[in-house]
Amino acid sequence: MKNSSVISIERLRIRRGGKLILPDATLELRSGVVTGLLGPSGSGKSTLMRAIVGVQLIEAGTVTVLGLPAGSPDLRRRIGYVTQAPSVYGDLSVRENLRYFASVLGVPGSRIDEAIAVVDLVGQAEQVVRTLSGGERSRVSLATALLGEPDVLVLDEPTVGLDPVLRRDLWATFHRLAQAGTSLLVSSHVMDEAERCDDIVLMRDGRIVAVASPAELLRKTGARDLEAAFLSLAEAA
Amino acid sequence: MKARITLATAARVLRQLRRDRRTLALVLVVPPVLLTLFRYVFDGQEATFDRLGAPLVGLFPFITMFLVTSIAMLRERVSGTLERLMSLPLGKADLLFGYALAFALVAAAQAAATSLVAFWLLDLDTAGPVWLVFALAIANAILGMALGLFMSAFATSEFQAVQFMPAVVLPQILLGGLLVDRSTMAEPLEWLSHALPLTYAYDALARTAQIGELDVALWRDIAVVAGCSLVALALGAATLRRRTP
Repeated sequence: MKNSSVISIERLRIRRGGKLILPDATLELRSGVVTGLLGPSGSGKSTLMRAIVGVQLIEAGTVTVLGLPAGSPDLRRRIGYVTQAPSVYGDLSVRENLRYFASVLGVPGSRIDEAIAVVDLVGQAEQVVRTLSGGERSRVSLATALLGEPDVLVLDEPTVGLDPVLRRDLWATFHRLAQAGTSLLVSSHVMDEAERCDDIVLMRDGRIVAVASPAELLRKTGARDLEAAFLSLAEAA
Repeated sequence: MKARITLATAARVLRQLRRDRRTLALVLVVPPVLLTLFRYVFDGQEATFDRLGAPLVGLFPFITMFLVTSIAMLRERVSGTLERLMSLPLGKADLLFGYALAFALVAAAQAAATSLVAFWLLDLDTAGPVWLVFALAIANAILGMALGLFMSAFATSEFQAVQFMPAVVLPQILLGGLLVDRSTMAEPLEWLSHALPLTYAYDALARTAQIGELDVALWRDIAVVAGCSLVALALGAATLRRRTP
């Protein structure tokens, strides 16, 4: 299973507000691993993720997830999606948010406590989301995506604004989920997160610059770290 | 459409509202207070109060639910929760009817509070039964909700959403017959009034106040209000997009 492709993108072209965000993207992602989508902000990471989740209008090309066209009704239960801004209800408590999304997904109530534990919010479960810190709020959003135990998790900058301990713990969670068979696509604009990924997709100006494992990237570019590898690839492109 | 998701959505909307005590208080207290004000502005003119009291009881929920829904739906759009919901196994009808159910309950509470004040404290006298005024108030609340939902698609900020109230609701109140008899308006306006849903909502309430019989004309009004609600809901559903630019 590990090497079969879970997401396959062919000649994808996306325009937003008249601007060509992705001119021509082609990409294959392995299943059961953590793939990092890295690049500076504005490079098209979120747009690519939206296309995979099936909420983005596309101009041309195809996006296939788990063998189905992105956006298929059957996929809605199998993909978990966390947007960059935490998309949860600020005027509900953590538990009330999760209870609502659990009802929508039709998953048992026991999943709520499990999801709260994974994102380390047990102490804040009854707190109204509006009163939480930014990092806590984005973890509520993440917990929501974990409820349905999806086959594919698409996480847009899930670790922004988190303290280093929590970041490390979340990355450990991502790898545990991947070992259990989940395929994760995690975006970040911080290069030091790249080394935590099994595979890396580097993006710049809407173009996919490289797809490889961290070790391969270093070998190919001869750079001493991933930041330098990215710079040499970006300049060559 | 799944009952489980519709009910969960209604419960979630009510829970959000419960957290917002001040809004809830305003929704329940403002209409009875305004009605009381109205009663004493027309002091000594019981006939005027009896003619316009019931229509006011029935139109408050329309205005309130229009505002509340357009803001609530705008928040869903802006906060990204709508995008999340659209990526989940949730039907558009689940969301819309969940909102309709929750706000119909709030409207019922509002109409009950307003009716209580109007009929028992202010001695409002209508030819038709109180329950009919109450039922029409809830029907109007659903119409307001459906229109608010549709209009929210055209607002990108809460400032704009609030401005839709005078833009969409006030002309309908002006032309609906509440202030002046429609037959005395300039002719083009009278024609226009036939095309506005609130005209029928007002007409039903005025008939209840003055004639009080569930006759063909009243049923026609109710049918038009219900039909317009359904059309607005369908238009609202069309603005909920799974894929956005």
